[in-house]
Amino acid sequence: MIKVKINGQEQSWDGDPDLPLLWFLRDEAGLTGTKYGCGQALCGACTVIVDKEAVRACITSVKDVSGREVTTIEGLHPNGDHPVQKAWRQVNVPQCGFCQAGQIMQAAALLMDNPKPSHDQIREAMSGNICRCGCYQRIENAVHLASTGV
Amino acid sequence: MNFIDNPRKLRGFEKHVRVEKISRRSILKGLGVTGGFVLAAPVMSRQALAYETGAGKMPHGVVVDPRVFVSVAPDGIVTIIGHRSEMGTGVRTSLPLIVAEEMEADWSRVKVQQAHGDEVKFGNQDTDGSRSTRHYLIPMRQIGAAARTMLEQAAAKRWGVPATEVKAVNHEVVHSASGRKLGFGELAADAAKESVPAIEGLKLKDPKDFRYLTKGQVGIVDLHDITTGKARYGADVRLPGMKYAVIARPPVTGGTLVSFDPDAALKVPGVEKVMKVQGWPWPSKFQPLGGVAVIARNTGAAIKGRDALKLVWDDGANAKYDSVAYRKELEEASRKPGLVVRKEGDADAALKGADKVIVGEYYIPHLAHVSMEPPVAVADVKGDKAEIWAPVQSPGGTRDDVAKTLGIPEGNVTVNVTLLGGGFGRKSKCDFALEAALLSKELGAPVKVQWTREDDIHNGFLHTVSVERIEAGLDKSGKVIAWRHRSVAPSIASTFAAGTVHQAPFEIGMGLADMPFEIANISCENPEAAAHTRIGWFRSVSNIPRAFAVQSMVGEIAQATGRDQKDMLLELIGSPRIVKPAVKDLWNYGEPQDSYPIDTARLRKVVELVAEKGEWGRKVPKGHGLGIAVHRSFVSYIATIVEVAVDDKGKLTVPRVDTAIDCGTYVNPERIASQIEGAAIMGLSLAKYGEISFKDGKVQQKNFDDFQVVRIDESPVVTNVYIVPPGPDTPPSGVGEPGVPPFAPALINAIFAATGKRIRSLPIGKQLEA
Ligand code: FES
Ligand code: FES
Repeated sequence: MIKVKINGQEQSWDGDPDLPLLWFLRDEAGLTGTKYGCGQALCGACTVIVDKEAVRACITSVKDVSGREVTTIEGLHPNGDHPVQKAWRQVNVPQCGFCQAGQIMQAAALLMDNPKPSHDQIREAMSGNICRCGCYQRIENAVHLASTGV
Repeated sequence: MNFIDNPRKLRGFEKHVRVEKISRRSILKGLGVTGGFVLAAPVMSRQALAYETGAGKMPHGVVVDPRVFVSVAPDGIVTIIGHRSEMGTGVRTSLPLIVAEEMEADWSRVKVQQAHGDEVKFGNQDTDGSRSTRHYLIPMRQIGAAARTMLEQAAAKRWGVPATEVKAVNHEVVHSASGRKLGFGELAADAAKESVPAIEGLKLKDPKDFRYLTKGQVGIVDLHDITTGKARYGADVRLPGMKYAVIARPPVTGGTLVSFDPDAALKVPGVEKVMKVQGWPWPSKFQPLGGVAVIARNTGAAIKGRDALKLVWDDGANAKYDSVAYRKELEEASRKPGLVVRKEGDADAALKGADKVIVGEYYIPHLAHVSMEPPVAVADVKGDKAEIWAPVQSPGGTRDDVAKTLGIPEGNVTVNVTLLGGGFGRKSKCDFALEAALLSKELGAPVKVQWTREDDIHNGFLHTVSVERIEAGLDKSGKVIAWRHRSVAPSIASTFAAGTVHQAPFEIGMGLADMPFEIANISCENPEAAAHTRIGWFRSVSNIPRAFAVQSMVGEIAQATGRDQKDMLLELIGSPRIVKPAVKDLWNYGEPQDSYPIDTARLRKVVELVAEKGEWGRKVPKGHGLGIAVHRSFVSYIATIVEVAVDDKGKLTVPRVDTAIDCGTYVNPERIASQIEGAAIMGLSLAKYGEISFKDGKVQQKNFDDFQVVRIDESPVVTNVYIVPPGPDTPPSGVGEPGVPPFAPALINAIFAATGKRIRSLPIGKQLEA
């Protein structure tokens, strides 16, 4: 039996310990905010925060996060008002929106680590997150806005 | 340079989008109301200041009925139906916003409800072809005006005053003579009893009174849900007792299953069942390819189970499809005469007599859509009833196809449209929903079919592959006197009918036969090409290769004659005029040429606007270059300037993009800007990396590692968007797709300016490193 804390709540799993966290979150725990885009750590759609670090849930197994704390987009802020989320809305970032949970989690992790990232640091930190709709200019502006106070 | 000096001022688009004040005439002024209160018929008859669109010719046409689209609850909440699919263009916001504007509803008290697939009730729902605003601006205004009139009539009756004395203002109806007011909610029950007014008598708002339209200050309705993970896409639908399925499909188009061994798969924890999926012989439109499904308690287990399957396939007739050999075939075909689809003057003779002939042979490979959300659908089939939840661009078509595939009446099929995590034309094809329906029927339980990214790349409906060969003949003075364009590419029609070897009229009309240049001798030809995989619509479709070839050729002519690219482009466009190509039944994106002519004045204007705003001719640092291109598609006019920088190792970056768009009368400039910004990224992706290739009949790429798309660290540093204000009677035109085609040729022309290297084969790949 694996125990893991997700968005502050204790969850347990007694199925395949190698099950990717992504599918545990989406299909078993019903937290569908975290998305599948590639399954190979290539696109960032599945990004969640484990302890204080952004990780790709598609290549992280449930047993890898045993006893650790996982934050998904649903748990980032109780009212959805994390500075990154607010900045995202202010800048009207999303088009289809499918990549955005992953983008927001990646940006939130970046700002925890580096509260005032430069242009190049934003671009580097966000480069693992694909947006097929091409919202990159706004993503960059929104991360910058979140870092300077929304 | 796109950093914000004063973050408080930032609303995303303000900094980079400007509606240029070319004309002082107010936009939208005097769009008249004419036509009948119609079901499944053209909306507008051609009268003063009105225009006709192709909407009425779409399957099931247009429905203009406030009772279908609008409801008002006693608490005042106005619910407006969004009947088109939201895949990122903002249509789920902009069409209801038009209704709210016209009915004087307060947007903060409006709820948008997604229509299920029912074209008899809602009219055509095919969300493709950049048609939504173009076909629905006027119908949505009429629906809003009719609803407003009904509310006003109800209030007038209540007060015993003539309806002409009352007026709806911001969610209430007022009688200013007496100072009385009634909220929409208080009038809801009475208004519902009013008869629906005839369209002819409706008074549309004066555009100067618009609160929302053309302003761009309203965020998309799903913005909060998207940023909090609550937005529901196809992949997010969960039903009690639902099973999770992935399917192993034939690796070669037209291949069939010979045998399979489920044993190892069934040992994977969480796997419950392995079963065959019915397939249809190729080509069969959007029917499933068939294969073997692994059913599990979660998607992860299903994927692991599928990996463990032992499968034997018969690869069928396309087992030898090889992109290297196929390219040679296309190139050879392009060097011989083909079916003439447009002929003016005598291009053969003029080319023979020309002082100089410039030849460009351009290659653009297959592309995959890779929408961020791969295809996925949930189906629950019980007896002779089916309910589907899916991110489909064509809910009506999906309903039709599910009914036919299951052999049940269409009325027994409900198609619930979720948000689409990107579409780009892939989700116009409902094969994934059909798979889910077939599996649910057999399992007797709800089932979700999830395509993996590998499935998406291996078994999609790819963008065509083409060779575009252009020969331009110049006289002694350097004037272009002859133009021969041969376009060789497998047609989308091949997915519907075996033996198709020519482009369909709608493909011929995308940048081949509708070429707008003022040249005396023109020949547009389409040599034969047979398809060996499923070909489908991809955002902007054949305009991608055609604009790439035509606009690259303009750069080549400028290069050969020592002219400025922009001057050369304007010279070729020629005088301001309406182009009427000598083409039988020119497609014109399904629109009447009267309302949507090929207008070179508008084409010139976007070139001139982008040249001015984009500072064409500005001095750029060493290793940088500027390129320009223009293209009319989806009856909009778009010109783009790209600045590139190429370092000595051949590394390409894009410091700046400027795009001018004339899309006629528009609704939401903020979403137009986001579409154009995105189109630049998609254009850069396809130019830099886009290639799906085949060997032994199989796609050689599998995921985002070998089918790459542009990431943020290589995306243009800034994309500026300029929107041409429409004339008073300019019909709306497309926005979702037309941004893509001019990007690649502008980029390639810029690379030439920076490096002297002319790239004729996409993707660029390592060509700059040599
Ligand atoms: S789904 Fe995990 S990185 Fe793409
Ligand atoms: S908003 Fe569509 S993929 Fe990013």
